[in-house]
Amino acid sequence: MKKQAAKSLRAFAIELAIYSVLVTVYFFLVLHLLGEWLYHLEAQHRYMYALVALLLIAGQAVALDAVTTLLFRLLRGRWR
Amino acid sequence: MFFPISDSHINPIYLVVVGFIIGILGGFFGVGGSFIAGPALRLMGVDWNYAVGTDLAHIVGKSIVAAKQHRALGNVDLKLGFFMAFGTIAGAECGAQLIQALKRAGNVNIVVSYVAIVVYFGIAAFMLWESRKTLRSGRGRSQSGLVKGSESKKDHSAFSPVTRNIQRLKIWPMITLPTSGVRISLWTILLVAFVGGVFSGFLGGGAGYIRMPSMVYVLGIPTHLAVGTDLFEIVISASYGTITHAIKGNVDILIALVMHTGAVIGAQIGAVSTQYFAGPKIRLAFVPLPLIGAAIVIYTLVTGHKF
Repeated sequence: MKKQAAKSLRAFAIELAIYSVLVTVYFFLVLHLLGEWLYHLEAQHRYMYALVALLLIAGQAVALDAVTTLLFRLLRGRWR
Repeated sequence: MFFPISDSHINPIYLVVVGFIIGILGGFFGVGGSFIAGPALRLMGVDWNYAVGTDLAHIVGKSIVAAKQHRALGNVDLKLGFFMAFGTIAGAECGAQLIQALKRAGNVNIVVSYVAIVVYFGIAAFMLWESRKTLRSGRGRSQSGLVKGSESKKDHSAFSPVTRNIQRLKIWPMITLPTSGVRISLWTILLVAFVGGVFSGFLGGGAGYIRMPSMVYVLGIPTHLAVGTDLFEIVISASYGTITHAIKGNVDILIALVMHTGAVIGAQIGAVSTQYFAGPKIRLAFVPLPLIGAAIVIYTLVTGHKF
């Protein structure tokens, strides 16, 4: 039982490390580039900005959930 | 990192950590975590109107993930969630209009701070009283041999007599909720949702801190189902809140996106954890959370400056 818990913890730690790297890359590649465009959109086209904001957060939720689920499945399989 | 929309400088690591903590809280308690997120953004110097709107946007993303987890665990009453969404949306619009009125009057930060402190303290005090009383009476029943085995794990509440009286109100139309095992007036559901919506639009987040206890104590929904259904309903109502606040110029979506990256991992941990705790214990563990939010708001109010 303890061995199983240790394995799960290790898998989670690795998932967290890989996830952190992916998120850092995401910060610099996506959010940095999007910043200026979103700023102008917010200032000039509020309705469009509202829609884009909702799509961005929902899209990110679905994408990141898929990434974490995939990572967890891969790592659990490897450490089993 | 500079966030041009809200004109603020915030360390992205701070936002990710805040998101992670809120993610765990959301998955575990079924609350959006706005009593932490709002004050945490305020602490970084973000105006309340931006803190409220941005938090709503962040909660949409977080709730999608957490609601999906709870749905897989069978903790979502879809019928109740859809009905509640209508009341919440109407309430959220009222709350957002109040924020706009305060913004125009130029005292949004001070008024929302005071209201937040009162609400957070009130919720913590009530839940502390109720869950302690429930746990004590549960122990009493066990010791006197009245409750045995799995019966002791049922979701008892010290507020049950009031809940039963509310359920006895036969105001047409009556709605049967087979998943929750409750038959109740549609108007009661809409009223609970509307009040939650007003708080959501006014203090930000999904207002799970008021809706989750209301679902348990007023509607009589079992705690595990209340947690999951609340999250599902938040997806719908917070989406509406995000749009209406974004149109009013109160959403910095970049802050929300950064916070949400931390919340994804946290939500998964929180949702799985609910399976190991009984209802009253979940509610008792909830007590310190609004107090933390209140403490942060008091700090920013008293000192008048950010970190």
